[in-house]
Amino acid sequence: MEAERDRSNLPPLSLHVPEPKFRPGDEVDFSTVDVPAAGSARRPDTADPANSFHELAYTLVRVLDDAGNAVGPWNPKLDADTLRRMLRSMALTRAFDERMFRAQRQGKTSFYMKSTGEEAVSVGAAIALAADDMCFPSYRQQGILLTRGCPLVDMMNQIYSNTGDKLQGRQLPIMYSEKRFGFFSISGNLATQYPQAVGWAMASAAKGDSRIAATWCGEGSTAEGDFHSALTFATVYRAPVIFNVVNNQWAISSFSGFAGAESTTFAARALGYGIAGLRVDGNDILAVYAAMQWAAERARTNQGPTLIEHFTYRVEGHSTSDDPTQYRSAGEPTSWPLGDPIQRLKQHLIALGEWDEERHAAQDLALAEEVKTAQKLAEKNGILGHGLHQAFETMFEGVFEEMPWHLKEQCQQMLDEQKAAGL
Amino acid sequence: MNMIQAINSAMDVMMARDPDVIVMGEDVGYFGGVFRATAGLQAKYGKTRVFDTPITEIGIIGVAVGMGAYGLRPVPEIQFADYIYPALDQLVSEAARLRYRSAGEFISPITVRSPFGGGIFGGQTHSQSPEGIFTHVSGVKTVIPSTPYDAKGLLIASIEDNDPTIFFEPKRIYNGPFHGHYDRPAKTWAGHPGGEVPEGYYRIDLGKASVVRPGNDVTILCYGAMVHVVVNTIEELGNVDAEIIDLRTLVPLDIEAIEASVKKTGRCLIVHEATRTSGFGAELSALVQERCFYHLEAPVERVTGFDTPYPHSLEWAYFPGPVRIGTALKKLLKD
Repeated sequence: MEAERDRSNLPPLSLHVPEPKFRPGDEVDFSTVDVPAAGSARRPDTADPANSFHELAYTLVRVLDDAGNAVGPWNPKLDADTLRRMLRSMALTRAFDERMFRAQRQGKTSFYMKSTGEEAVSVGAAIALAADDMCFPSYRQQGILLTRGCPLVDMMNQIYSNTGDKLQGRQLPIMYSEKRFGFFSISGNLATQYPQAVGWAMASAAKGDSRIAATWCGEGSTAEGDFHSALTFATVYRAPVIFNVVNNQWAISSFSGFAGAESTTFAARALGYGIAGLRVDGNDILAVYAAMQWAAERARTNQGPTLIEHFTYRVEGHSTSDDPTQYRSAGEPTSWPLGDPIQRLKQHLIALGEWDEERHAAQDLALAEEVKTAQKLAEKNGILGHGLHQAFETMFEGVFEEMPWHLKEQCQQMLDEQKAAGL
Repeated sequence: MNMIQAINSAMDVMMARDPDVIVMGEDVGYFGGVFRATAGLQAKYGKTRVFDTPITEIGIIGVAVGMGAYGLRPVPEIQFADYIYPALDQLVSEAARLRYRSAGEFISPITVRSPFGGGIFGGQTHSQSPEGIFTHVSGVKTVIPSTPYDAKGLLIASIEDNDPTIFFEPKRIYNGPFHGHYDRPAKTWAGHPGGEVPEGYYRIDLGKASVVRPGNDVTILCYGAMVHVVVNTIEELGNVDAEIIDLRTLVPLDIEAIEASVKKTGRCLIVHEATRTSGFGAELSALVQERCFYHLEAPVERVTGFDTPYPHSLEWAYFPGPVRIGTALKKLLKD
């Protein structure tokens, strides 16, 4: 009998549970992270078939070398004004994050999430895409909004859930929705935006439009079923969509190994679906820009979707509710071999003779002031829990286009209760 | 028309009227659907408006939400309601909340069609009635027709509606009004007034129940295939003057029709195929109790599916048929 076969001579099976290289207290050595030389990755034609992208899915597209020179076939050769705009948008994103993180620590709002170290991913994309291409972001692409010119006060009003919040205090801080800036409503449910972006892109194609969609998720979220469904739909209908996987190495406390990174890259996932896959240095904004611009051209010429893995590092905690010193070595952020995206672009601009330390310091000062001014304006509309919130009855509006009887009744019940309680 | 033809006609009418209406789902395109509900639509409107999809319910609904955000009016099909669960996150967390969370910047005007209900020896995964899962979700409407006429009018209204709608089609009555006796010859829609369906455009507003049979002794609240089982049971009993109300829309619910009827009759029976605990009947029972308490002459009764997975061989012991309905009525009317 099969079931009774003697197995005593077989070695026991063992379960592999991934473990990050460094835990709190460990000395960090990232020398094993493979960092190909800047300029070493080839730049294919945007019409090339997906099955020709194998090595591009395993290497890193890099433009800026260690000396701050832009090299190789992916060098987008941007003018100095665009480079300075990139630098400013990244610095603004960091300044905004710093200020809002502090606002949360001061008890002015309940929650915040920084994007420190990942600014190039959002800013580079926002500059490469057309203003009316639709972005389906995760919660860590605030750089897109800041690059596209969303008023800081509007973003802060949302973070404070105050009387100026156009989402009427319904959403957790940072779950922005900005249709006017091509920024889709952020959901707390991970990866749901992936198939939605594909649907938006399919609609654009079905209508004979020329706009494309782009979406972002972290490497952790690639494990969600939505990721698989989205890639399947995108390849089946050759949807004009760009998938961005921001591989910042960490999904809260879980290192990227729990999303499968020990065995493959995230860009390589694309190949199995018949989608072009690129892996880029996510801290090199010129590489990010060039890859996005390439993918946008591929999408806009009906050549189909692209997946870009942005190899980067989450410098700060996951959110204001997270303490990364509990699960990773404090030395990681400073040892990351791909450096800091702002410093690298700054070095490049200085090497070009288009920037200097004095201007940089002055810009940082000016941005801090700009953010502070906006914050004061936003706080006039209230901060969380200080009474300046939306009218109570707005809670019942917008569930449906028209309020049904049961919500009207519940609204009245609440108003009566508030009145009886003297509120 | 039978109900399939009426549903097909509703999509045809809406696709002709509105170029933003698109139909998508597993096998809905070239083949015309496993129940033939989308037959002929792809040939008429083309592959970019009626198309087959990969087998991924997450994808079907997620993509529909994205299309809705773009400005289209998608009508996705989930082949069986039993297979809607992979799409629950997209329906509950996304479609239902999109208008609310974006303060109206983005909406989800999608109509999810799905055959549901038992009585066809469908076993565990071709018989379920998951409407209670959706009526519990803020932001979606739930619609269940009981005749071809209603199916077309309600489907047109659902497609025109700017809110996401779950449109459950009782597959037991696709071809005829089921009398509740599996061992007797099936009826067809021919000769039934609900089978007379106009070719063109008309709509039945969501949120309006229909009084199928006026009466004075007891109010029976039901929907879908159960409407016909109830009507037939009352005819067979012959001695019960029941007022039968077909709810048609569960959310928003026609509370006025329910309240007026129960206050008149003083008794209420709720009938649905779905399992009992936390089923929609529980909500109906609570509403009747809250609003008609001083008019009630007996406790509200429920005849529902049992709290078990839908069985295959014991289907007719499980199904809320004439015997179970008759027993409940006897209990309700004994004083």
